[in-house]
Amino acid sequence: MASPRPNPLALFTSLRLTVALLLLSIVLIFAATLDQVHLGVWGVQQKYFRSFFVFSQIPGTGFLFPVFPGGYLLGAVLIVNLVAAHFYRFRFSWRKSGIWLTHIGLILLLVGEGLSGILQQDHQMRIDVGQSRRYSESFRETELAVTETTHPGYDEVVAIPAALLTEGRSIQHPMLPFLVKPVAYYPNATLRMRSQTPGAPPGPATAGEGTDIVATPIPETTKPDESNWPTGYVELAGPEGPVGTFLVSTMMDQSEAFAYQGRTWRIALRAKRDYLPFSITLLKFTHDIYPGTDIPRDFASTIRLRSDDGRDDRQVRIFMNNPLRFGGRAFYQAGYANNDRTTVLQVVRNPSWRIPYVSCALIVLGLIVQFGIHLLAFFRRRLGAPAGVRAPAVGSGGSGPDLASCPPSP
Amino acid sequence: MKRFSALVALLLALVWVGTTLAPRGNPGAFDLAAFGRLPVLADGRIKPMDTIARSGLLMLQGRQRLAASDGRAVLPEEWLLDVFFRPEEADGYRIFRIDNAEVLSLFGLGAGESAGQVRFSFAQLQSGLPELDRQSELAGPVDAAARTAFQRAVVELREHLEYYSRLKYSLQTPDKFDLLAALGDPGRLAAGRPGFEAMGTFSPLRAIPPPAPSARIDEWQSMGQSLLATLARGPVNPAARSYAELARAWRDGRPDAFNSAAGAYQAELSSRFAPLARRCSFEALFNRAEPFYTSLVLYVAAFLLAVVSWLKWPAELGRAAFRLMALAFLVATAGIVARMWLEGRPPVTNLYSSALFIGWGSVALCLVLERINRNAVASSAGSLIGFGTLVIAHNLSLSGDTLEMMRAVLDSNFWLSTHVVTVTTGYASTFLAGFLAIIYIVRGVFTRTLDRPIADSLARMVYGIVCFATLFSFVGTVLGGIWADQSWGRFWGWDPKENGALIIVLWNAVILHCRWAGLVRQRGLMCLAVFGNIVTAWSWFGTNMLGVGLHSYGFTNAAFQGLVAFVALQLAVIGLAAIPRAKWRSAALAGAA
Repeated sequence: MASPRPNPLALFTSLRLTVALLLLSIVLIFAATLDQVHLGVWGVQQKYFRSFFVFSQIPGTGFLFPVFPGGYLLGAVLIVNLVAAHFYRFRFSWRKSGIWLTHIGLILLLVGEGLSGILQQDHQMRIDVGQSRRYSESFRETELAVTETTHPGYDEVVAIPAALLTEGRSIQHPMLPFLVKPVAYYPNATLRMRSQTPGAPPGPATAGEGTDIVATPIPETTKPDESNWPTGYVELAGPEGPVGTFLVSTMMDQSEAFAYQGRTWRIALRAKRDYLPFSITLLKFTHDIYPGTDIPRDFASTIRLRSDDGRDDRQVRIFMNNPLRFGGRAFYQAGYANNDRTTVLQVVRNPSWRIPYVSCALIVLGLIVQFGIHLLAFFRRRLGAPAGVRAPAVGSGGSGPDLASCPPSP
Repeated sequence: MKRFSALVALLLALVWVGTTLAPRGNPGAFDLAAFGRLPVLADGRIKPMDTIARSGLLMLQGRQRLAASDGRAVLPEEWLLDVFFRPEEADGYRIFRIDNAEVLSLFGLGAGESAGQVRFSFAQLQSGLPELDRQSELAGPVDAAARTAFQRAVVELREHLEYYSRLKYSLQTPDKFDLLAALGDPGRLAAGRPGFEAMGTFSPLRAIPPPAPSARIDEWQSMGQSLLATLARGPVNPAARSYAELARAWRDGRPDAFNSAAGAYQAELSSRFAPLARRCSFEALFNRAEPFYTSLVLYVAAFLLAVVSWLKWPAELGRAAFRLMALAFLVATAGIVARMWLEGRPPVTNLYSSALFIGWGSVALCLVLERINRNAVASSAGSLIGFGTLVIAHNLSLSGDTLEMMRAVLDSNFWLSTHVVTVTTGYASTFLAGFLAIIYIVRGVFTRTLDRPIADSLARMVYGIVCFATLFSFVGTVLGGIWADQSWGRFWGWDPKENGALIIVLWNAVILHCRWAGLVRQRGLMCLAVFGNIVTAWSWFGTNMLGVGLHSYGFTNAAFQGLVAFVALQLAVIGLAAIPRAKWRSAALAGAA
């Protein structure tokens, strides 16, 4: 079976490697499941599945040490193993057609999950009854919005991704008459009124509400029932000197207003927005419960969907298990707030959402074909065997990689 | 004797099954069965009083059986009637099960006279209620997952006592107010207003159907609401009058009046709400017949016969075991179908019904395997799993009525009947492979009965079932992914239950690839299959425990201990298999690895 000298090709095509990878995956998934209690589901995905290695911190130091292969690595090696096995070890035959289908489906499934990890965007929309919205908001990403409110008819917005703020370099934009200089950026922070925190050191803020507030950075959280409150200080500086340093935080309800060169502006840190080429108006939200209980029976949002090109203008009911798919996005009934006056829709954009369907259909078909071939062979042998003579046993004869696709034949 | 043993066993079992279906006579002169059929709206569905009584007793004391202080057996309906109409009597029944010693000491119980008791009456607990209230207020703000065993027990007992106290307000205030007399006297009725308001607030049941036939169940009212409506508008709902008559007849101990009131109300309901009345009568019959208990006993008998058949009279006892298992399977099928009809749902809707269905699916596969192999191996595995899953189901039924309403996100008969049924079949078959493997190992190590043909036949069965399990657990998991994609916008979310199902698929794939790679032979295949039991048990129950916080929840929780014991047992069996083949009692296989 195995040659005395390790041959890289033999290694990559071997069934032993397949078994080892499957076992490693089981351990990885089990560990990740347990860790969800601490990290939450999103944190676990980042640490275990959407990574090449699972890192562990050496206690007492900040050093991260890879302790286990991550999801990307296992998936990639599994793909290599499968492809290599099919090129070098298997020869196509109808008796093995089920295995081929299954494995092709599996490769597609792994690729699809990788793509989803990269491409999928999760946003949400909170809409009050009667209100219209034309953007969704990211759950996790934030942006610094600088809005010029001078014109009575419209606003002009410059949105700067928070990732640029963390780099700390000054940002210049043709629509802004000043530089945006990030002074500090905290992925998560608490805000307190300065009057209630005696002895707090003076903050960098020189203008707006921020001068009365103390912002303290705290570690990021991934727990499902907690939120991060990104916070930062940005200095705006024109050619003739600073405009002011503002405190911006997603925890602040109001944006900061200021005037510069006779024009009026607002600045705020907010959830990253994705503007849609259509608008959604919430006409009605219903929240049914079973009579005499508080068990929810259904949540439903009746909305009006109007596209900018005027081709769509219709009513849609979005409810549990019945999302709206429109404009490359899917809108799901995700929650409610504000005494049933506000609906929360989850907006998912995933161009690769069809891949799992295709790949799973292939795998299922492959399994049915393969096990069907086994079963037919089994019954044919039983029928063919004279009474009292039993068919040779599974596993009692020689087994080896040659058996890769079929039960031992008589 | 030997020749006819299979037939005799089947006939005896059939007669016994028949008796469970026979209408049971009332022990006294009161027509309790008629009362048990009366419909009432509770927990979002219309069910018979019988279900209220039985699920109430199960929840409060962990069993349906109840005895009065003089040792006389009390039927569930009788208990419920006493709670409604003679609360002073009901307060004396020992129906509150308390296992936690610290909680017992709160009430000054558990020592002296009451040492060794686990069930207590409301009267015994009454003096300690203020302290219980205080303790439960202290425990209330603590996150449910972080509570200590004592805090959990306090909160649970508090909930039980509250439910019991609210039940007393269902049809009558717990004082001696004579409702029937008041219904004929507007002045006395008006004086009852505060009592009716309390009934409207506290009653967990809505027993009064709308006056006109209506399909809308939210028009059902509690007795209190109905009486307040009478005060406001005049007419008395006939159902309210019937209950007032029943109340007086029960209090005065007059069976004739009770039976005629129950009969008249039942007849009136049958004319206005015919389908509903039929369903409630059927549910009461279903409750009384206890098909799953019958099935459980038959599985035990089948298992014993199958095991004995390995040693003696293999053909005859093997056949008897097969027939009993088939009968038990039919009874369980009838029970599952009855539940589906009552609920209007596919078979699996909650953890309880998943236990029923896993047992059912495994036994169905075993019936097929036994027909093919005829060596009592599949019969023993099937009856063992059938028995085990029914015991698990019984323990899961202790939290209340098992025909629950579906939460909005799960409310899709299409997905319940495709995803849930397939993935549960995957669980069932993975367990079956594991139990067949246990039989292989235990028979091989401890008996001389594992000869080559039996061993080979077991190996074929395990291999075939693993293939089946791979297919079904994969399809089930995928359908779950599609459901999630349809309702939450992601195909795969790495949530604990999803991961558990995926691990089952991967483990079955490991077994198949190990065998194809020649890494394992018969014995190794069996060890891997037994480990499959651990994997499946983790996915079925372990992931649910995780949902409420493994770090703090586990160690005092019976389910968690059960899971740990199960895992330990499986590891012990794998350890057994590691004993060198030559030392097995069935040493004839020694050459075969």
